[in-house]
Amino acid sequence: MPSRLPHLSGNERISVRHLCVEYHGVVAVHDASLHLDAGTICALVGMNGAGKSTLFKALMGFVRPSAGSIAINGLPLKEARRARAVAYVPQTESVDWNFPVNVHEVVMMGRYGAMNLLRIPRPVDREAVKEALDRVDLWPLRDRQIGALSGGQRKRAFLARALAQGASVMLLDEPFNGVDIRTEKLMIELFEQFRREGRTLMISTHDLSHVTGFCDQVVLINKTVLAYGETASVFTSENLALTFGGLRLEAAPAAATDPDPQTP
Amino acid sequence: MTTLLTWLVEPLQQEFMVRALLVSTLVSCVCGLLSCYMTLKGWALMGDAVSHAVMPGVVIAYALNLPFAVGAFVFGVGSVALIGYIKQMTRIKEDTVIGLVFTGFFALGLTLISKVRSSIDLSHILFGNVLGISSSDILQTVLISLLVLTVLVVLRKDLLLFCFDPTHARSIGLHTGVLHYLLLSMLSLAAVAGLQTVGIILVVAMLVTPGATAYLLTDRFDRMVWLSILSAVISSVAGIYWSYWMDASTAGCIVLVQTLLFLLCFLLAPRHGLLAQRRRSPRASRFPSA
Repeated sequence: MPSRLPHLSGNERISVRHLCVEYHGVVAVHDASLHLDAGTICALVGMNGAGKSTLFKALMGFVRPSAGSIAINGLPLKEARRARAVAYVPQTESVDWNFPVNVHEVVMMGRYGAMNLLRIPRPVDREAVKEALDRVDLWPLRDRQIGALSGGQRKRAFLARALAQGASVMLLDEPFNGVDIRTEKLMIELFEQFRREGRTLMISTHDLSHVTGFCDQVVLINKTVLAYGETASVFTSENLALTFGGLRLEAAPAAATDPDPQTP
Repeated sequence: MTTLLTWLVEPLQQEFMVRALLVSTLVSCVCGLLSCYMTLKGWALMGDAVSHAVMPGVVIAYALNLPFAVGAFVFGVGSVALIGYIKQMTRIKEDTVIGLVFTGFFALGLTLISKVRSSIDLSHILFGNVLGISSSDILQTVLISLLVLTVLVVLRKDLLLFCFDPTHARSIGLHTGVLHYLLLSMLSLAAVAGLQTVGIILVVAMLVTPGATAYLLTDRFDRMVWLSILSAVISSVAGIYWSYWMDASTAGCIVLVQTLLFLLCFLLAPRHGLLAQRRRSPRASRFPSA
C-alpha cells in the first residue's frame, strides 16, 4: 500500500528535548528527551501516574511545558496541530458508546480540521473516510451506531478515524485493554501496515508482553525518560526494576508520591 | 368535531394567546436544539445553575432600564466562570461548586428584587409570564433566539464533536476552550429566552427534558434534534392551550406536558423504552456481543 502521507521533509517524527511539565508546582515530567524516526512503533511503558498521559498531552500541545521543547515532523506543535499531524486514539473506557453517532460520522470527525467552518464533507473527505473504513473492514458497518459495534470493531473505528485524519504520528492509549487475542492480532497487523507507510506510533501500555513482540523501540518512563531505544537493548531487567520498582528520582520527590494529577 | 375546533380556535381570538403561542414556539425551538447538547454533554445541573444565576442580572437590568438580556447574559456567563474558577482553585467537587454558586446568585437576585423598587413582579421572573409578555420583551426574545439558533446551527458539528470527544477535537486544532464557553453562553441566552415562557424555576426543564425525550427515541443526532424540537413545541402549544382552558399555571402546564411526553417515551420508545428492554433479555441489551 502506498503511503498517503503528505510529503514530509526529514525523517524525524517526534523530537522531545529536555521536556518538563508541572501542574500547580507539582512535577509530572522532568527533563524527558526522546527522538523517534518515521516508521517506528514505540511502546511507552510506565506505571500509572508515571507521566504517560502527561507526555501524550504534551505531544498534542495540551499542556504548556515549563521547560524544553517538542517538535513533530520538525514543526513546532502549533503548526503540527494545524497540519493535523498527531492523532490520538482514546482508551475504549473513555468513550461514551451511547452517543448518537454512527461509524461513518466518527471517522468523518477525523477530517473536521480540514473542512470549512460548516464541516460539510467534500469529495476528498468522503474518499478518505471510505478508504479508512475499507482498510479496517468497517465499510459495511458504517451506518451502525458506535455502541452497536463489538469490542474489536470499536477499536478499529477509532483507528480508521486516525487514518482519515492523515496523521503521521498516532498516540494510542492502552489499545490492548480488554481486547481478545484475535482482535489483538488484527490490530498489530494494522500497526505494522502503518509503520510501513512511514507513520510513527506511540503505544502507551503497562502490559509488557506486547513490547517485545512488535515494538521497535521502547520508552521507559517514571516522571522522566529512564531509558529509550531499541527494544532489545532497553528491555533489561535492570531498567524494568527502575521503571516499576518504585525507585524515586531525586529530581521530583514531591511528584513521585502524588497520584496522577492531570485529570482534565 | 365542532367542539374541538372551538377549543382550538377560540383562544386565538385573543391577541395575547397568539403572541404567547408564537413566542413559546420560537423559544421551544431554541431550547429543544440546545437541550440535545445539554443531554449529551451531561450539563443539566449546569443549565439549572445558569438559569438561576441570571436572576440578579435580570433585576439589575430592569432597575437600570437596560435590556434584561444584557444583565442576564453577564450574570449567566459570570456564574459559569466563577464555577470554573472555584473548581480549579480548590479541591471541592464540581457539583458542590455549582450548587454553591447558583444558590448564592439566586439569593442575591431575591434580595435585590425585594429592595430595588421597580415594576418587576417576582412571580413573573420565577414562574414566567408568557401570557402577558410585552412587545419589547418579545423583540428581545426573538433576537436572542435567532442569535442562539444561528450559532448552534453553524457550529453544530464542532459542538457535537466537542461533546463526544473533546481530546480529539483539540488535537485537530479546534478551539475547545472557545467551544466550551460558547456553549455555556448560548445556555445563558437560551435560559433568558426560556425564562419568558416558563420562568427561572422551570426553565431547566426546557433545557433538559426535550433532549432527554428525543435521546430515548433515536441513535442519530440529526433525528434527535428534530424530535427534541418537535416535543418542545408540542409541549408549549399544548401546555398553553391546557392552561387557557383549565385556567392553570402556564409554566406548570407546559412542563407537565413535557414530562408526560418523556414518560410516554420512557415506557414505549421502540428500542430504548422500558417495554422494549423488557422484551429483550436485559443482559443482551446492555452488552453488545463482543
